[in-house]
Amino acid sequence: MSRRSLTLLKNLARNANGSGIQTRSVTYMPRPGDGAPRAVTLIPGDGIGPLVTNAVEQVMEAMHAPIFFEKYDVHGEMSRMPPEVMESIRKNKVCLKGGLKTPVGGGVSSLNVQLRKELDLFASLVNCFNLPGLPTRHENVDIVVIRENTEGEYAGLEHEVVPGVVESLKVITKFCSERIAKYAFEYAYLNNRKKVTAVHKANIMKLADGLFLESCREVAKKYPSITYNEIIVDNCCMQLVAKPEQFDVMVTPNLYGNLVANTAAGIAGGTGVMPGGNVGADHAVFEQGASAGNVGKDKIVLENKANPVALLLSSAMMLRHLQFPSFADRLETAVKKVIAEGKCRTKDLGGTSTTQEVVDAVIAKLD
Amino acid sequence: MARRSASILSRLLANPSSPFIAPSRSITYMPRPGDGAPRTVTLIPGDGIGPLVTGAVEQVMEAMHAPVHFERYEVRGNMRRVPEEVIESVKRNKVCLKGGLATPVGGGVSSLNMQLRKELDIFASLVNCINFPGLATRHENVDIVVIRENTEGEYSGLEHEVVPGVVESLKVITKFCSERIARYAFEYAYLNNRKKVTAVHKANIMKLADGLFLESCREVAKHYSGITYNEIIVDNCCMQLVAKPEQFDVMVTPNLYGNLIANTAAGIAGGTGVMPGGNVGAEHAIFEQGASAGNVGNDKIVEQKKANPVALLLSSAMMLRHLRFPTFADRLETAVKQVIQEGKCRTKDVGGDCTTQEVVDAVIAALE
Repeated sequence: MSRRSLTLLKNLARNANGSGIQTRSVTYMPRPGDGAPRAVTLIPGDGIGPLVTNAVEQVMEAMHAPIFFEKYDVHGEMSRMPPEVMESIRKNKVCLKGGLKTPVGGGVSSLNVQLRKELDLFASLVNCFNLPGLPTRHENVDIVVIRENTEGEYAGLEHEVVPGVVESLKVITKFCSERIAKYAFEYAYLNNRKKVTAVHKANIMKLADGLFLESCREVAKKYPSITYNEIIVDNCCMQLVAKPEQFDVMVTPNLYGNLVANTAAGIAGGTGVMPGGNVGADHAVFEQGASAGNVGKDKIVLENKANPVALLLSSAMMLRHLQFPSFADRLETAVKKVIAEGKCRTKDLGGTSTTQEVVDAVIAKLD
Repeated sequence: MARRSASILSRLLANPSSPFIAPSRSITYMPRPGDGAPRTVTLIPGDGIGPLVTGAVEQVMEAMHAPVHFERYEVRGNMRRVPEEVIESVKRNKVCLKGGLATPVGGGVSSLNMQLRKELDIFASLVNCINFPGLATRHENVDIVVIRENTEGEYSGLEHEVVPGVVESLKVITKFCSERIARYAFEYAYLNNRKKVTAVHKANIMKLADGLFLESCREVAKHYSGITYNEIIVDNCCMQLVAKPEQFDVMVTPNLYGNLIANTAAGIAGGTGVMPGGNVGAEHAIFEQGASAGNVGNDKIVEQKKANPVALLLSSAMMLRHLRFPTFADRLETAVKQVIQEGKCRTKDVGGDCTTQEVVDAVIAALE
């Protein structure tokens, strides 16, 4: 009997922490008219983009969410974003994006970056955390990477000085650094986070990253209850893979943020499951947390085995952003249950299911 | 070893909300830049236990460093009108937290609570009556939301003495207000994943008045095919509430029935000292104790400082959610529920012996 009791106890403990049981909280009292449907711009994109955005459309339909999508066809090799797409996003304020593949080299600049600059989406946010039921080599990962989205190494200012010599400009401004630092600390304050870490390489780039650090330090003074520290980016990458539990919120300039976000996503379960979003003062674009430019191999597209979890969780973030918390909670609970059960997983998580099978499992789990 | 495991198991199974099950952190809420700016809220302590419980809320907000600051105004139930600057302040801030205003019985003074609701057109009153884990009651599985029309019905305040000794009191029901409240109730059910809306009425007797209310509810119900709609006569409803409360989910009612149903439901689920509630209109919102807005406690409770602050603390959590500060709302709610569940710190109305201040200290200690 002792053996049975022990295993029963262990099962209870595991299920208690793993199934994310949510008891109904004190009710959210909506304003009259809050239930009116919202329009959201939808950009399926290239590669696995259409597969995963279609997954989101199916789940929203099944939930009867008060959202309807305005779909636009955009491909990575276009030279500019079509003006009607920009119009639509400006009108709706919120956009859901699959992925736009930026061609390597050539003369085509990245449409992802163009979108962010034109709409001034200055903060990119990726939430990397261990999902219950998905085993990884690293436990207790719960990192939010807040990355400056508009300047830094991605300024796109390059020129060939003389044949065979190219200069690429990295631009850091006080304005943008202050903005992103303010957003990171505000985010930590609003979401009950205890620590903000600034990632930099100011020992080498003394003026550029030094300016970034100064802005972070100034903003940190206004939030005395949040711990602030700084870490050099190479040490940071090593610490991420050695002891990820020491990190909480990380604020970074553009390039380091891209690398740190992808690393953190990788240790916590892979880029196929991490949600993320880009936000500016007026607009927000939601997409897979990390690897915005990588739209998967052709084989995954042919076999329809792309992982829809990341975009489903990002659309839960979007529902929360649109002030529909109950729908967001339902979607999130259903997705987490499917992951915890482990029966329906795509190839990047170690299973063999197709995208459609995962979508059906999520819809079946909606309450 | 078997005996120990078995007892731990039985304790765990009996108490499913024990600390083993901690709420897992959900997908993050991505705020807009500037969302952390502090909001101003009008605060009306009021009479009786009002100042005690609003003081409790102020202390807890302070301890949480919530981005809320209060503009306090002194209003008493026996004033003739709500002072102009208070109404100005609520119109400006859009959100108000109220302790309680005692309406004198009889006399010529009309209710200030009603005046506030009518002037700001706060047409929906919402009370969430729910069993709390750890607080034992005679009824289990209670989770009822009573949505009550707030501006017309029997509370129109239109009375006159026809001849000496004969008084007529007008109950006014309009299509406009009935439609509004029905639409709000169904919208609420839709947004909060509720499955059933029940309309409470007495249309067998008041065929035209409550009949108009029912018609409006039926019309709105047609637009929400995913939500079950049914109707129940108010006397049967009161009986069903105390016999089988688990059959009710969201209830939409005119003014007077709503008052009674809300108080009954609050009573079966743990008492008016713990139920949160709010009043909302198209532009403004006022948060106060869920039920018994006019009853501000007897003098003895005020002297001994034993009023229950839980209801107003949970209402202020609803207010934080309304102001779009969901993390602060969750923290406050979790702390309050933990204190209730532990059962060590309870005021007299829920079977304990503590003062208001002791409960507040326990909540602040339980904040993470």
